[in-house]
Amino acid sequence: MSDQKVASSLKDIDSVRTMIKRAKFNDHLFGMIGLLCITLILITLLILFMDLVIDGFPQLTNWDFYSNFPSRRAARAGLLSALVGSSLVMLVTFVSAVPIGVGAAIYLEEYAPKNWFTEIIEVNVTNLAAVPSIIYGLLALGLFVYTFDFGNSILTAGLTLGLLILPIVIVATRESIRAIPVAIREAAYAVGATKGQVVGQHVVKYSAGGILTGVIIGMARAIGETAPVITIGALTFIAFLPEAPISTTPPFLNFEWLTSSFTVLPIQMFSWLSRPSSAFHVNAAAAGAIIILVTLLMNAVAIKMRYNIRKKIKWQ
Amino acid sequence: MNAAKLILKRTIQLTSAIAIASALGACSTSEDTTASADAADFGPKAIVKIDGSSTVFPVTEAVAEEFQIDTKVKVTVGISGTGGGFKKFCRGETDISGASRPIKQKEIDKCKEAGIEFIELPIAFDALTVVINPANEFAKEMTVAELKTIWGPEAQETIISWNQVNPAWPDQPLKLFGPGADSGTFDYFTEAVVGKSKSSRGDFTASEDDNVLVTGVAGDKGGIGYFGYAYYEENKDKLSAVAISEDAGKAGVLPSKESIEDGTYTPLARPIFIYVKKSAAEEKAHVKAFVDYYLANGRPLIEEVKYVPLPAEDQAAVVAHWNALKTGTGFVGGKSEVGVKIKDLLDRVR
Repeated sequence: MSDQKVASSLKDIDSVRTMIKRAKFNDHLFGMIGLLCITLILITLLILFMDLVIDGFPQLTNWDFYSNFPSRRAARAGLLSALVGSSLVMLVTFVSAVPIGVGAAIYLEEYAPKNWFTEIIEVNVTNLAAVPSIIYGLLALGLFVYTFDFGNSILTAGLTLGLLILPIVIVATRESIRAIPVAIREAAYAVGATKGQVVGQHVVKYSAGGILTGVIIGMARAIGETAPVITIGALTFIAFLPEAPISTTPPFLNFEWLTSSFTVLPIQMFSWLSRPSSAFHVNAAAAGAIIILVTLLMNAVAIKMRYNIRKKIKWQ
Repeated sequence: MNAAKLILKRTIQLTSAIAIASALGACSTSEDTTASADAADFGPKAIVKIDGSSTVFPVTEAVAEEFQIDTKVKVTVGISGTGGGFKKFCRGETDISGASRPIKQKEIDKCKEAGIEFIELPIAFDALTVVINPANEFAKEMTVAELKTIWGPEAQETIISWNQVNPAWPDQPLKLFGPGADSGTFDYFTEAVVGKSKSSRGDFTASEDDNVLVTGVAGDKGGIGYFGYAYYEENKDKLSAVAISEDAGKAGVLPSKESIEDGTYTPLARPIFIYVKKSAAEEKAHVKAFVDYYLANGRPLIEEVKYVPLPAEDQAAVVAHWNALKTGTGFVGGKSEVGVKIKDLLDRVR
């Protein structure tokens, strides 16, 4: 009788052991598949990037490439107007999208009542992130260029891209605000903080890392956008720079650059790519490598900032 | 530290970094701009605004580049396509519009509504080049009728092999590559070959990027395509051009500077144009100076970017036309014409 029991329990242990073994094997298998996926993605990106760098190497290492204006001769053609154009457009995008986006997200998350109306807004904001960018271009053409008469200017482009990344900023901000434990809020209220203090000194402070990440990822998307910028009338050949935004003489700041016409990096790249001469394709590859580099750099900055901010937060 | 402050601080850091970067960029060329302040008679705000066809772009860009170096007047050139360029032109946003086809009646009406008068100036010739794969030895010479058989709307899904076009050719699958329906090149080719603008079969690989067409034909033994001469010139090692004969009896003519100038490369040689706003030409000295420069110094630049300059007497007629500021188009009802003589075209404008 007892022998039988022992035998059956031994059998059970064996079956449990095989079960554990199988589960462990599955764990490993899943891990391997995951690793394979990420390697595939990284290798693809790396091959693309290396290909651009190798093709564009002669121009990437040529200082004139960064300080020359576009030209009909590939060797003389440079990125300068596109670099400055992209930077200034990004500046306008940042200044317009961040306050509005973060403000809207804080309101939606902290102040807005939860009813069907805010529900509709929520769904729409999330959907806006999936709207094709050309639609923003068409909207901007009608609104900024014709109705407000901003012209084909840096201001128009910056605001257009600002609109484009607004949903990204809002969604990212809301996500990071939601990640703050309720206990933090309750603790702040418990010691008598007002709503403003809770939001300003705790919620936004602790979610700043996530907000920044969202903002920079949005900016990184905006810098590569071509379609909406072409729609509002970015140029292909422009061999002068807008007025510098800061000067050494009073009043130090000027806003004339906002009305200037411009070109941006992806358009410059596209224009070189569609040239008949293959010498221009070297320039296009170099420009492509630079766009990827700028994007990677922006993402790296986002990660570093988030890390620094999170390190400073101590919940005790 | 307060969170809002933190974000603000970061914002300021980032903003000033960008501002400094762009200011640095501006500094590196500030020498030019200060030097130009006294060199330019037109004032620092003078800008010549140009938009329009991507076919005309290389010529205009070359002229703009040289003009800007010589006079320090700012010039901007966009690529919105011929139609997109006219839209802006007729809204008064640009001074000059490049066009690879004549202005259409609809566009003329739009301009009229806005009170914009224009001067039509042919500036150069482009040879639409029909290309085949270098491995294709049999179709090095084709008649216009054969091209029509291949590209006409009736050919859709029926003409799929080379021997259907000419029984002497092998049973090789026909692979077609051509520009998209929005392009002026497509309009002109269909007009010249099929006889009716925009009338073409639809089952071909269409791309607005001519390099895609180059790659397509170069990679397919039975490939055939057409685009502007410059793309053939740069890819001679990968493609062969087809000699075109107007009628079955005539010898085929290859596209070249000579065959365009002496008028034998018909019907695929087409003029390209710039349209200048009359009020800009009269009131803005820098726009007038730019067009003067274009007509006076354009010839070597046109050759450099692989287009063919107008014959000398036509060029003189264009200059006279420009100096007299004659407005309007020489094309009846804004309709494209194949093989039109520049002289006749200008004479029709009164």
